[in-house]
Amino acid sequence: MVLIQAEKIRKDYQAGEVSIAALKEVSFEIEPASFVSFVGPSGSGKTTLLNLIGCLDRPTGGKLIVADTDTAALDRKQSAAFRGNNIGFIFQDFNLIPVLTVYENIEYPLLMVQNTPVEERKTRVAALLAAVGMSEQKDKYPDQISGGQKQRVAVARALVTNPKLVLADEPTANLDHTTAYMVIDLMKKMRDEFKTTFIFSTHDQKIVKEAEIIYSLEDGELMDRQVQGGKNNG
Amino acid sequence: MGNLFKIAVRNLLRYKRRTLLTASLITIGVIFVLVFMSVSGSFKNMMIGQITDSMLGHAQVHRTGYVASIDNLPLNLNLTEGAAKRVGAVLDDRPEIAAWSPRIKFGGMFSNFAETTNIRLNGVIPEKEFAVVPLLTSRIIEGEKEMKRGAILIPELLAKGMKVKVGDVVVIVATNKDGSVNGKQFKVGGILQSVTGPGGRDGYIHFDDAVEVLRMEEPEVSEFAIRLKKFDGLHVFTAALDVRLAQELNKDGKPVFEVHTWEQLSPFYNIARMIDVMTFFIKLMLIAIVLISIMNVMIMAVYERIREIGTIAAIGTLPETILGMFVIEGFCLGIVGAVIGNIVGAVLVSIINISRITFNFGMQQGLVLQATVRPADLFIISITVIIVSVIASLQPAFKASRMEPIEALRHV
Repeated sequence: MVLIQAEKIRKDYQAGEVSIAALKEVSFEIEPASFVSFVGPSGSGKTTLLNLIGCLDRPTGGKLIVADTDTAALDRKQSAAFRGNNIGFIFQDFNLIPVLTVYENIEYPLLMVQNTPVEERKTRVAALLAAVGMSEQKDKYPDQISGGQKQRVAVARALVTNPKLVLADEPTANLDHTTAYMVIDLMKKMRDEFKTTFIFSTHDQKIVKEAEIIYSLEDGELMDRQVQGGKNNG
Repeated sequence: MGNLFKIAVRNLLRYKRRTLLTASLITIGVIFVLVFMSVSGSFKNMMIGQITDSMLGHAQVHRTGYVASIDNLPLNLNLTEGAAKRVGAVLDDRPEIAAWSPRIKFGGMFSNFAETTNIRLNGVIPEKEFAVVPLLTSRIIEGEKEMKRGAILIPELLAKGMKVKVGDVVVIVATNKDGSVNGKQFKVGGILQSVTGPGGRDGYIHFDDAVEVLRMEEPEVSEFAIRLKKFDGLHVFTAALDVRLAQELNKDGKPVFEVHTWEQLSPFYNIARMIDVMTFFIKLMLIAIVLISIMNVMIMAVYERIREIGTIAAIGTLPETILGMFVIEGFCLGIVGAVIGNIVGAVLVSIINISRITFNFGMQQGLVLQATVRPADLFIISITVIIVSVIASLQPAFKASRMEPIEALRHV
């Protein structure tokens, strides 16, 4: 069983009359409940790849199947609905909504995207708050909590809809090492608890070692695949 | 929907100063329009009231063609006794009518035995005329506030010019329909203040005296002046009366009678129209203020929150939900501006009324301005502001909803 199947996906950007290949026929497969990292230097195509997997962008060529859905076939509205139901996002800058409290930020996808009934919403938000250790801060606004706490809230927000997949683009880039490890540990713990696939990009070699499967990208090409900690993705 | 409102309100409160400035601008616009509409509407209504209640009545019925020649006061276009009775019967049947008055209008010569000048005379039945134009008695500045047979009410300036006082005897000479001339002595019963300023040459005599001066074998009527119970229903009434009277046709198959509202009979209608036009342009200014200020603030809001828009779009918020968030922000700004503006405007109008501001109209001095805020005006202003607010926020909201999340997330 495969959660993500990428076959020779390409992504070209047009810069004036010049076409720049950000991804060059990249192929891979990712199983459910994996903890995967894409590594590589700046400009290697990590973010582009995560954007394609997250249906935020479309490949120029190739085939990308995510959760049994051909992402290229989705229109704008279908993409939004697909993301809302299947994918959670964790951003480098946390991207919490400043006018909403910690509780409301976590609740947002259930309320505004999935329209979940109130009782179920309360249960799930409370569970996630407890899981990320933010129950005490639930009524605080994002500008009243630290960067590490913000990222924990972002993790909770990404998981609250029970997505099949969580994408995190450089989730630790704005955190100190201690906090960064805490966030990665939290993500792992959430993967174990919710059986959600986590894919994150990073260029921090120490953080990379925490991943179970590591894909190395360079100049838009997949250069290497390493499996760590005894888990083999085939 | 409640959550969209919650987010919209919090976003507005996030930029308190900007929200306050924009809401204040809308509020000031609403206050300005409301006060202007109330004051100008009051002035207009008083002006119309002076004209209709002192001279014209709300509407008039004439023989067809009379109004076109009204400057000549043509006696040959009077209604015969039979026609007048038929009109009177129709008017008696109309429940909307509070009172009606038949008039004989004619031009004549006014002589104090030393000098002679021209005068326009209205032969009226006093009790009927006073019921149709109740302010006529208040225009009698000298003499008894009544009209007896053999007495004449003359305009103030004519009295001054001819050096005539109450109780003096004067002669009225007029040419009748057949071209023969007749004269009759009258005692000056009262001096009339002019409504419209210099030039007013309308005097009043008793209806029967007019019949006598014009040597009518049977009483004819130049016009019927009508006063309605409810002035607001004027146009509906005149349309219905026109239809009713149009049933009577002359030999050429054309209607014998024609109905006119005061608007068709007085040049002051153009002033009333000008006030309406000014009010319209003031409303346009309000729309422009709301449109520009809301659009400006919403464009800023979208620009400042591009990354947020990218975030909520990325986590699956549908484009129409994003559109709704921003439209509701504009809607809330409009609501706040409209509500505060209406409240402050209504208070200001009350202060204006308490201050008892006076103005002059024509020869009428010291008329007290009585500005009124009509619920319909409050409703129209509020709805206009709210609709324009929504329209103004549509473009920025649409732009936000159409943003590509990937580009929005990259925005710095």
